[in-house]
Amino acid sequence: MTWYIIRRFLQMIPVFFGATFLVYFLVFSLPGDPIQALFGDRPVNEAVAAQLREQYNLDEPFLVQYFLYLKNLVTFNLGNDFSGRPVAEVLVQIFPVTIRLAILALIFEAVFGIIFGVVAGLRKGKLFDGTVLVASLIVIAIPIFVLGFVMQFVVGVKLGWAKPTVGGDAGWLDLILPAIVLGLVSFAYVLRLTRTSIIENMHADYVRTATAKGLSRQRVVVVHILRNSMIPVVTFLGADLGALMGGAIVTEGIFNVPGVGQRLYQSVLRGEGPTIVSIVSVLVMVYILANLLVDVLYAWLDPRIRYA
Amino acid sequence: MPEKRTEKIEHYVAPLDETPLHATDNVAEDVQPLSLWAEAWRNLRKQPLFIISTILIVLIVFVALFPGVFTQTPPNQNCLLANSDGDPVPGHPMGFTLQGCDVFSRIIYGTQASLTVGIFATLGALIIGGTLGAIAGFYGGWLDSVIARLGDVFFALPLILGAIIIMQLPFFRENRNVWTVVITLTVFGWPQIARITRGAVLSVRNADFVTAARSLGVSRPAALVRHVIPNSLAPVIVVATVNLGIFIVAEATLSFLGIGLPPDVMSWGNDISSAQVSLRSNPSTLLWPAAALSVTVLSFIMLGDALRDALDPKARKR
Amino acid sequence: MTVINEVNSNEPLLEVRDLAISFTTSTGEVQAVKDAHLTVMPGETVAIVGESGSGKSTTALAAIGLLPGNGRVSGGRITFAGEDLTGASSKRIVELRGSSIGMVPQDPMSNLNPVWKIGFQVRETLKANGLPAGPSDVAKVLAEAGLPDAERRARQFPHEFSGGMRQRALIAIGLSCRPRLLIADEPTSALDVTVQRQILDHLETMTAELGTAVLLITHDLGLAAERARKVVVMYKGRVVESGPAHAILTNPRHPYTKRLVEAAPSLASRRIQSAKAAGIETGELLAPAEASAETADNVIEVSNLTKVFKLRGGFGKTTNFKAVDDVSFAIKRGTTTAVVGESGSGKSTVARMVLNLEDPTSGKIRFDGVDMGSLKGKELLAFRRRVQPIFQDPYGSLDPMYNIFRTIEEPLRVHNIGDKKSREAKVRRLLDQVALPASVMRRFPNELSGGQRQRIAIARALALDPEVVICDEAVSALDVLVQDQILNLLADLQHELGLSYLFITHDLAVVRQIADHVCVMEKGRVVEAGTTDAVFDEPGQEYTRALLAAIPGSSLELPPEVA
Repeated sequence: MTWYIIRRFLQMIPVFFGATFLVYFLVFSLPGDPIQALFGDRPVNEAVAAQLREQYNLDEPFLVQYFLYLKNLVTFNLGNDFSGRPVAEVLVQIFPVTIRLAILALIFEAVFGIIFGVVAGLRKGKLFDGTVLVASLIVIAIPIFVLGFVMQFVVGVKLGWAKPTVGGDAGWLDLILPAIVLGLVSFAYVLRLTRTSIIENMHADYVRTATAKGLSRQRVVVVHILRNSMIPVVTFLGADLGALMGGAIVTEGIFNVPGVGQRLYQSVLRGEGPTIVSIVSVLVMVYILANLLVDVLYAWLDPRIRYA
Repeated sequence: MPEKRTEKIEHYVAPLDETPLHATDNVAEDVQPLSLWAEAWRNLRKQPLFIISTILIVLIVFVALFPGVFTQTPPNQNCLLANSDGDPVPGHPMGFTLQGCDVFSRIIYGTQASLTVGIFATLGALIIGGTLGAIAGFYGGWLDSVIARLGDVFFALPLILGAIIIMQLPFFRENRNVWTVVITLTVFGWPQIARITRGAVLSVRNADFVTAARSLGVSRPAALVRHVIPNSLAPVIVVATVNLGIFIVAEATLSFLGIGLPPDVMSWGNDISSAQVSLRSNPSTLLWPAAALSVTVLSFIMLGDALRDALDPKARKR
Repeated sequence: MTVINEVNSNEPLLEVRDLAISFTTSTGEVQAVKDAHLTVMPGETVAIVGESGSGKSTTALAAIGLLPGNGRVSGGRITFAGEDLTGASSKRIVELRGSSIGMVPQDPMSNLNPVWKIGFQVRETLKANGLPAGPSDVAKVLAEAGLPDAERRARQFPHEFSGGMRQRALIAIGLSCRPRLLIADEPTSALDVTVQRQILDHLETMTAELGTAVLLITHDLGLAAERARKVVVMYKGRVVESGPAHAILTNPRHPYTKRLVEAAPSLASRRIQSAKAAGIETGELLAPAEASAETADNVIEVSNLTKVFKLRGGFGKTTNFKAVDDVSFAIKRGTTTAVVGESGSGKSTVARMVLNLEDPTSGKIRFDGVDMGSLKGKELLAFRRRVQPIFQDPYGSLDPMYNIFRTIEEPLRVHNIGDKKSREAKVRRLLDQVALPASVMRRFPNELSGGQRQRIAIARALALDPEVVICDEAVSALDVLVQDQILNLLADLQHELGLSYLFITHDLAVVRQIADHVCVMEKGRVVEAGTTDAVFDEPGQEYTRALLAAIPGSSLELPPEVA
C-alpha cells in the first residue's frame, strides 16, 4: 500500500513538470511577443511590462525562465493582477468559495448519480431504467451554460426557491443551486457508469457463489455487487475534478459566485494574461494532487492494485 | 466410495428414437455467412435508438450542406431593429433576436460551424490519438511510457482551462476562426482517444491470431495494420462518436466564454451566448439554438450508445 | 423413520423428475434440458457427465434456483428431502442454500470476490446460515478444507492465493454449513492435474466424514467413474444413460455413451495398451511407429535452451526468473514429441522459442542442422514456412474479422505463392484435408464451433506445406469427442504428409494417445525424457509418477475384457 502510494507520487512528478511546462511553453514560446500576449488587446503599459519582465524573468534563457516560474509557483509568489493586487492574496480569499462549491457539486453528483445508477442497474430494462437513461443523455447533450441559465431563470427567478445570483460571502446554502448546475452533467455520467458497472457485476461468478452460500438478496447486492461497482465510479470522480474546474468557470460566471472560476472568467474577458497563467497553474497543481487522493481511495477499494 | 450399500442402482438407457445420436461437430451448410460488421449491422437495424439518431444526423448534415433549402430568409440581412426580440410571425416561426434577425434562419445557417468543429476535432483527435495509442499499445516498452506520460500531461490540463490558455495567445486571438477551435479541441481531446486505442490494441496484441500471423511470416507493422487495428476499432469508433457530440458542446461553451468562434461566425454557441441578455424578456431566442445544439449532440451520443451495444466485444464471442 | 425433512437413507435426498428448462433468447425460447431425471441418495456421490452445452450444469443449478435470469424451469419436479423445490418460495430457497445445499463452483479465479478477505467471505456464509462465526470458527472451516495456517490465511485476499488454495477456500465455504447435498460444478477443471487429484481426494474424505451427498458435474468420464458410485450421462439436454459407474464404463448401452467411453483419453490409454498386448495394431490412434524406428534423422534439435525473464519487483528491483532452464531434446522427422508439464513449467516458453517468437537467453535450436539464432531476413521467412503453430484457444487463434478463405489464404499471400486461382484451389484442398466442406470458405470464425475453428487453424498451418507443426495445447479446450476427432485428424495428416509434431500439453492422457517421445518438464527443467512407452510403463522420477497417478481414471481397475 505504502509502496503503491509512493509509486503514484513518483509518477505524478513528471506529469506535474510536464503540465506546468506545457502551460508555460504555450504562453511564452509560441510566435508573438509574450508581453503583448499577456496584455491581450489593451495597449502595453511600460511600467507593468517592466514588472512582468522581472516577474517572468524574460531576460533569462527559456529553461531558466521556466524553473524560476516553477519556483514562484510552489512558493505561491504569483505576481500582481492588473489592478496591482497580489494574485496569491486574491486566491487565498476566493479559494474557499470554490472549494465549497466543488464539494457540494461532488456530493450531489456522487450521491444522486450512484443511487439512481444502482436502482436503474438493478432494474435493467424496466421503465425506471429507460427513463433515467434517456434523461441522462439529454442532460449530457445540453451545454452547462444553458442548464445554468434555465435553472437560474426557473428556480431562481420564477419559483424564487434560491437566490439567482450569489455574490457576497457565498455561504453553503446559497451555493446549492450553482452546485447542482455544476454537477448535473457529471451526475449523468456517474449514473450511467454506475448502472453499467452494476449490470456487469451482477453477472460475475462470485455473485452467483455468494447467492449459493445462502446470503439474502439484499446482502448480495450491498456487499458483493455495490462495493465492486464503485471502483470505476471512483476513478471517474477523480478524473472529473478537471471537468468541475472547467465548469466552475461557467457556473460561477452565471451565478456571480465570487470564486476562482469567476475570477478566471473575468480575467479571460479582460484579457489579463498573467492572472490567467497563474490561476491555471495553481488549478493544475490542485487537480494533480486531488488525483493522488483518488488513487489512495482507489487502492482502498480494490485490494488487488495495492500489490500490483 | 468405501461404504457398502445394499440397494441396487438401476441401469437406465434412454430410448434411442427419442435421443438420436448426431454426428460429432457437424457443419451446418445452409447458413448465410455473416461477418462481424454484418452481424453488428443486423443488430443495429433493429434498434430504435440507432434509427432515430441516424435519421437526425443525416438531416443535420443535410442542413449544414444545403442551408438554403430550408429557409429563404438570409440570416444576417434584413435584420430590422424594429423586430428586436419579436415574437413569431408567419415566415419567421421562431421569432427574432435582439438585433431583429430571424432566429430560425440563424439556426439553419449556424449548423455548419458547429458540425464542422465537431467533425474535424474528432478526426484530428482520432488521427493523433489513434496513431499514438496504437503505437504505444502495440510496441510497448519505453515508447509506451513516453506516450502515456505525454497523455497524462495533457490530461492534467482540463479542456476548458487548456483552451483558455491557448485561445488568449496572440496567434490564436488574431486568427480566431473555426480552425483554431478545431486545433484547440484536438490538442486536448487526443489523449482520451489514445488511451482507449492503447487499451484496445493491448487486448488484441497478444491474441493467438496475431502470434499465428507472425509465425506465418507477417511482419510486425503488417500484423498491426492487418490484424490488430481492425480488431481494435470498435471501442474507438464508439468513443469517437460520443466525443463528436461532446466537442460540439465544448465549442459552444468556449464561444460562450468569448474564446471560441469569433462573433461574426454564425454558430449556435454564439447565438446562445448573445441571447443571454434577453433571457428574461424573450427566452425563446436562447432556447431555440440551445435545442438545436442539444438535439444534434444527443443524436451523436445516442448513435455512440447504439454502436456500443452492437459492437460489444463480450457479445461477439459465442 | 418417516419424519419429513429428516434424512432417511432409503429415501432419495434429491430427486429430479421429468425436468425441463428453457431459456428465453433473442431468437425465441430454447429448450436447454428436457425430461431430465436423476436421484441422489443421502451420502451418495452421483456424477453428471456431458459435453459443454449438454445441460449438465443447468440441471444441477436449477436445484438451488441459480438459473441465469433468462432461464426457467418449464416442467417437471425437483424434490429435496421430500420437499418440492420447483414450487418453493424464494425465501425458502434462500434458507436451503448454504445450510442444506452447498455449492463448489468451477473457476476458482472468478468465484471469490476480489475485494474481500477470504475470512470475511467464510464468515458471512456462517452468519447467513445462523452458525457461530468467530475468528476461530472461520479458521476451523478453512483448516478442514486443507488450508495450512488458516488463521493467517483468513486475513488474506483472494489474489494472494494460488488456484488450488482458492479452490480449497471455495470447498471450505461450500461445506462450512454442513449441507446434506453438495453441488460440485467441475470443481477442479481449471487446476493442474496433481492439484486436481489432491483436492478431489480431500473433498471425498471430507464429504464421507460428514455424510454429505455430492452431485459432481464433470466432462471427464474417467473422473466421474473414479469418484462416483452412480453416473448420469447427459447429451443435448437429455439423460441418455444412467447407472452404476462401473456398468456404464464397462457396458455402455447408449451409442453416445459408447462413443464417449471410446474417446475418453484417460480410458483410451489403457485400451491401446491392452490392444497391443492382444497383438492388435491400433494405427488409427497411434502415430506411425515405423518412422521412429528409422535413423536418427532429427528435424529439430534443442540443446541447453535457457530463457531468463526479468521480473520487476517492488522498489524498482528486478529479479531474474528462469522460465526455461537448460532444456535439450530432439524431434525425429515424422514423429511426435510431447512436452508435458503443469502451468509454470516453462513448456509454452519452449514452444515460443522454437517458433522463433522469443529469443533464447542461451542455448541453441537447430532446424535441419542450421542454427536458428543465425537466421535473418529472408532465411527467417523461409524458416517460418517450415514450422507452423496451432494454438490452444480456438476462439482466439483466428482473426474474427477475416473470413475462412482469407484466413487460410493469408500465409500463401504473405509468401507470394501462386495466383488468385491456384490459391483458391489450394484453400479448397486444405479444407478437404481437414474434413470441412468448401462452403465454409465464405463464413466467419464466430459462426463455427471450437472444433471447427481448430480444423481451420490446422488448415492454415498446413497451407505452406510445413515440415514441423507445433501444437500448443491444441486440443485442451475441446470437448472429449471433438478432441478425439482432432487427434485422429492430426494422426492421419502425419501419416499422409510425413509431418513432425511438437505437442505441448498438460494432459498426459493425450500424450499417451499421440506421442512417440515425451519430455516431462517441471519448473523449467526436463525431469524425464524417453519414449512414451518407457516413460509411462516405468516412470523413473517421483514427479512423473505423481503426474501419471493424477490422470483421472488411472486408479480404475477395469477388467482386461473391456477392450
